[in-house]
Amino acid sequence: MINSEILHVTLLSIFVSVSATLLASSMAVPLGTIMGLRKFRGREVIRTVTYTLYGFPPVVAGLLIYLLLSRQGPLGSLNLLFTPAAMIIAQMVLVFPIITGLTMSSVSEVAKDAKETALTLGANRWQTAKTVLNEARIGVISAIMVGFGRAIAEVGAVIIVGGNIKWHTRVLTTAIVLETRRGNFEYALALGVILLSVALLVFFVLKRYQDKGVKM
Amino acid sequence: MISKLKKNRTKLNVIALTFVLLVTGVTTSGCIDSEDELMLATTTSTYDSGLLDEIVPHFEEEYDVNVKITAVGTGQALELGKRGDADVLLVHAPDLEEEFVKDGYGEYRYEVMFNEFVIVGPEEDRANIHGLNDTDEAFDRIYDNRSSITFCSRGDDSGTHVKEIELWESAGFDYDDIESQEHADWYKSLGQGMGDTLRDADEMEAYTLTDEGTYISMQDEINSLDIHVRGDEALFNQYGVIPVNSTMHPEVNHEHAEEFAEWIISEEIQEMIGNYTIEGEELFTPNA
Repeated sequence: MINSEILHVTLLSIFVSVSATLLASSMAVPLGTIMGLRKFRGREVIRTVTYTLYGFPPVVAGLLIYLLLSRQGPLGSLNLLFTPAAMIIAQMVLVFPIITGLTMSSVSEVAKDAKETALTLGANRWQTAKTVLNEARIGVISAIMVGFGRAIAEVGAVIIVGGNIKWHTRVLTTAIVLETRRGNFEYALALGVILLSVALLVFFVLKRYQDKGVKM
Repeated sequence: MISKLKKNRTKLNVIALTFVLLVTGVTTSGCIDSEDELMLATTTSTYDSGLLDEIVPHFEEEYDVNVKITAVGTGQALELGKRGDADVLLVHAPDLEEEFVKDGYGEYRYEVMFNEFVIVGPEEDRANIHGLNDTDEAFDRIYDNRSSITFCSRGDDSGTHVKEIELWESAGFDYDDIESQEHADWYKSLGQGMGDTLRDADEMEAYTLTDEGTYISMQDEINSLDIHVRGDEALFNQYGVIPVNSTMHPEVNHEHAEEFAEWIISEEIQEMIGNYTIEGEELFTPNA
């Protein structure tokens, strides 16, 4: 594997997993916050389903998305199979429950105190949610970190829907599988180190938000 | 003031993040444009040999088309073809391929090349099969010595696994019995790729069936395994190329699929296939 290919594979990994984590977070954090703040009928059921989905096997997720995006499938006309978009969708499906569930846990932990304080100070609903979310930020950002970790380390789903196509859909994890299979252990290990470095970099950036808070 | 600074910093971070996504997105999608694309589904062992990396760029240049290769199991490759998700297949399971064409999923099938399967095993050859060129006899001896040896099987319905089943049955065994729990102490069904299986066989000092190419390319890491049995006609591994039927799937890139099939059996490319070597050894014999 040549250097420009390693660079391509690394950048694509970052692009796919950051996009998937951001897109999933943009839905999962609000949902998790609502579920953590408000008690409503069916909350326990949703909570249980969410926790169960933590264990959703990536290969099964990949297979389902493959069947959906296949030319024979219901969304076949979109021509998304074997594209990075398909990989983003697969990773979103896998990390969405994780970010939702962990956000919900950390919000409900701080919810009572923060909610009361905010309401006493005359905050409206939107401001209350923001206050609570900021109080819970360590947990919420951890949730996003865990989600990103699952996304970037994931291989079973992206290899099915992406196809591990050189210059198109090959990411770090699928390249590691390929190089291991080919017996190029040094390359495979080097790619593993790159993957960990990317994760470290992203966690470092996210940790700053955890420490200092997010101003909106 | 400080809060304003913080606000600016958040804005800056958002900008930085957008930038990262743009840069990674644009640089990695450089080749996903409107250029003509041909989706080739092949098997992992074919792809891992490196042959396609060697020859396919010539096709891309000559026909001005971008070939996307996905390497999957034989069964999965045929399934991709059946669903019209691939335009052309290069696989090595003749019976299944003929069925595929007969059922109307493929236009036709050309033979392309073959390589050889070999039975490898520990240097200390307790099944005493070294030098045999009769696989029936070899599998007989492996079975007879089962109390003192281990046999690793791919166990993944791959082309190689299908071949192994054929060989057991041809030697007069009932494969369901071989892979039953009763034989689990010596017959290990791994459910893994060829590379992993060879590596595990090396660790366990076990016998296994492998294509010669993967064995050669991994020789450095699997030093306890020797080739014991080769040369039986039953061990030939025939590859075929099949353009996916465009009547059934009008959206496949039929034109380039046919061009690819004709191209890979052309004299020039056949010669290139014959000359392809790994570690000085020729892997494929062209026979179109």
